[in-house]
Amino acid sequence: MTAALTVRGATKRFGPVLALDAVDLEVHHGEVLAVLGDNGAGKSTLIKCISGVHRLDAGEIEIDGEPVHIASPAAARAHGIETVYQDLALFDNLEPAANFYAGREDAGPRWLPRPLRVLRRRTMADATVEVLDRLQVSLPDHAASVGLMSGGQRQVIAVARAAAFASKVVILDEPTAALGVRESRRVLDLILRLRAEGHAVIVISHAMDHVTEVADRAVVMRRGRKVGEEIPSPDSQERIVALIVGSSR
Amino acid sequence: MSNVASAGGEAVRGTARVAPTAAGEATGTAAGGGPPGPVEAPQDGLAGHYRLLRVALGVIRLGPVLILAGLIVGTSLASPVFLTTGNVGNVLSQTAVIAVLAVGQLLVVLTRGIDLSVGSTLALASVVGAIAFEHGQPGPAVVVVMLATGAAVGFVNGAVYVWGRLPHPFIITLATLSIARGLALRLSGGQPKRGMPGAVRSIGNDSIGWLPHSTFLVAAIAVLVAVVLSRLVWGRWIYATGGNPEAARRTGVPVRPVLVSVYVMCGLLAGVAAIVTSGRLNAGSPTAGELAELDSIAAVIIGGASFLGGRGHVGNALVGAVMIGVIRNGMNLLNVDAFLQPIVIGAVIVLAVEADVLRTWLENRFRVLQAALA
Repeated sequence: MTAALTVRGATKRFGPVLALDAVDLEVHHGEVLAVLGDNGAGKSTLIKCISGVHRLDAGEIEIDGEPVHIASPAAARAHGIETVYQDLALFDNLEPAANFYAGREDAGPRWLPRPLRVLRRRTMADATVEVLDRLQVSLPDHAASVGLMSGGQRQVIAVARAAAFASKVVILDEPTAALGVRESRRVLDLILRLRAEGHAVIVISHAMDHVTEVADRAVVMRRGRKVGEEIPSPDSQERIVALIVGSSR
Repeated sequence: MSNVASAGGEAVRGTARVAPTAAGEATGTAAGGGPPGPVEAPQDGLAGHYRLLRVALGVIRLGPVLILAGLIVGTSLASPVFLTTGNVGNVLSQTAVIAVLAVGQLLVVLTRGIDLSVGSTLALASVVGAIAFEHGQPGPAVVVVMLATGAAVGFVNGAVYVWGRLPHPFIITLATLSIARGLALRLSGGQPKRGMPGAVRSIGNDSIGWLPHSTFLVAAIAVLVAVVLSRLVWGRWIYATGGNPEAARRTGVPVRPVLVSVYVMCGLLAGVAAIVTSGRLNAGSPTAGELAELDSIAAVIIGGASFLGGRGHVGNALVGAVMIGVIRNGMNLLNVDAFLQPIVIGAVIVLAVEADVLRTWLENRFRVLQAALA
C-alpha cells in the first residue's frame, strides 16, 4: 500500500546548524504517527518543511507516491496537507465558520474579482456545522466568536478546521500541551475519529501517555536524525523515553 | 447565521441580538449542561455566574447605544429646543463630516491601525477641488478630483506603512498629517479659495425638509460600507487581518493589499468629507478639518469598536459620531462653558476605552467558565 505521505532523506540546514539530517518518514491513510523528541530534536523543523513553512535543502516528499514540490504553506494545503500549529492560528473575533473558511471563503459570482464576491454565509455555516457534527464536536454556540470559547474548544475547532480541508494529511503540533485532562480527552477522541475517517495524522507531542493511547507508530528524533521507531505501548514507553534522551544504545 | 463579522450590518440589529442569545444560551446551559444528580449543585453556581457574565457582556456591547439614548433623553428634558426638527437637522449636518471620517477610521481601526491624517487630507482635497473649479472644471469633475486627492493620500499612507515595512501606521500618518496640511496651505496661499460648484454646495448646505443632504450621503455610505464589511470577501479579510494578522497571512488572506485598501478607503472618505465641508463653506479651505482626525478616532472608540482591532461595525462609528454631535449641541443649548466640551468628550473616551478593557477581562472569565462547564 502506498503511503499517504513519504519523506525521504529530508535535510535542512540553518547556517552551520544541521537541523534535519537525512530523515525518512512514512504515514499511511488511517494511521496516527507520533513524532517524538526533546526540544531541538528537529520535530518542528520537519513538520515545517512538510507544511511549506521551510523548504528542504535536500530530500523528497511524496504524496500518495507522487513526488511533490512544497514551496509554501499554500502549496502544502493545495496538496491536501493541513497543519495545526501550537498557536492554533484562530481568529478570536470571528465565529467558527468564518475561522474555517478564512482565506478560502466560499463566495460568488465568479466573474467578480475575489475581494468583491459575496460571501455564501449560509453555505459556509452549514458546511461547518456538518463537519463539527461529523467529528462529534459539540460547541455551546456556533454563532459565538471563537474568542469566547475555552482552550479545549478552540483546539478542537482548529483541528476540525484542518480535518475539514485536509484531503491527505493532518499535522498536529502539541495538540494537548495547553489543556486540562478533560479537554485533552476531547482532542484525543477527535484524533481517533480523524484516523477512522482515513486521514493520515502526524502528532507531535511530549505527553507520552497521550502518544501511547492514540499513535499507531512513534518515530523518535534526536539532534536532527531519526533514531528509532517503536509501536507505542505501555511496554515500549521506557524504550521510547530512552531513545528520546539518548541514554540507551 | 448571526456572527461577529456579519454583525457589520446595522448597529441596532447587531446589538439587539445579544439579549435573546444570552437568555437562550443560559437556559440551554441550565437545562442541558451536565448530567443531573450530585454534579448539579456545584455546576449550578457556575451556571448562574455564566448567565451573569453573558448579561454583563451584552450590556457592554449595548453600552454606547444606551448612553446615546440617555444623552438624547436627558438633553431633550433639559432643553425644549433640542428635539425640534430645526435643531435635529442642525446636529445631523454638524455630525455628517465626523461620521464620514469615522466610518473611514473604523476600517483602519478594524485592522489594528490608526489614521491621523484624515483632517489634513480633508483640507488638501478641499483646496485641490477649489483649484480645479477655478480652472473651470464642472461639478462632477471637481467631485472626482476631491475624491481622488483623498484616495491618493490614503494610498501613500498604506503603501509606506506596508511596503516601507513600518511596525505601526502611527508615524506615517503623522507625517502625512503634516505634509497634506502643508500642501493645502501652500497651494492656497494660506487663504480660503472662494467658490464651489453648485452640486458641491448643495451637498453641504441643502436639505430635503429638515433632513440635510449630507445625512443621506452619510446613510448611503454607511449602508455601502456595512455591506462590504458583512457580506463581501473583502470585509471578511479586513476582520481576519485585524483579528490575527499572522494567522491571516498563514491562511492565505492577502494581508498587505488588504491593509493598503483600508487606508485608501479612509482617504477616499476624507475626500467625501471634504466635499461636504467645502460645500458648506463654498470654498476650498486649507484650515478645514483641523483636529478632525481626533474626532473621528474618538467617535470610533466611543461608539464601541475595539481599539485592539478586529471588532466593531459601521453602527459603532455612527453612534460615536452622533454622540459627539449631541454632546456639543446639548452643551451649547444649555449654555455650558464651551471650554468644558473637550473635557467632557475626553472623559467619555476614557470611559469607552475602559469599557473595552472590561469587556476583554469579562471575556477571559467567560472562557474559563466555559472550560469548567464543558
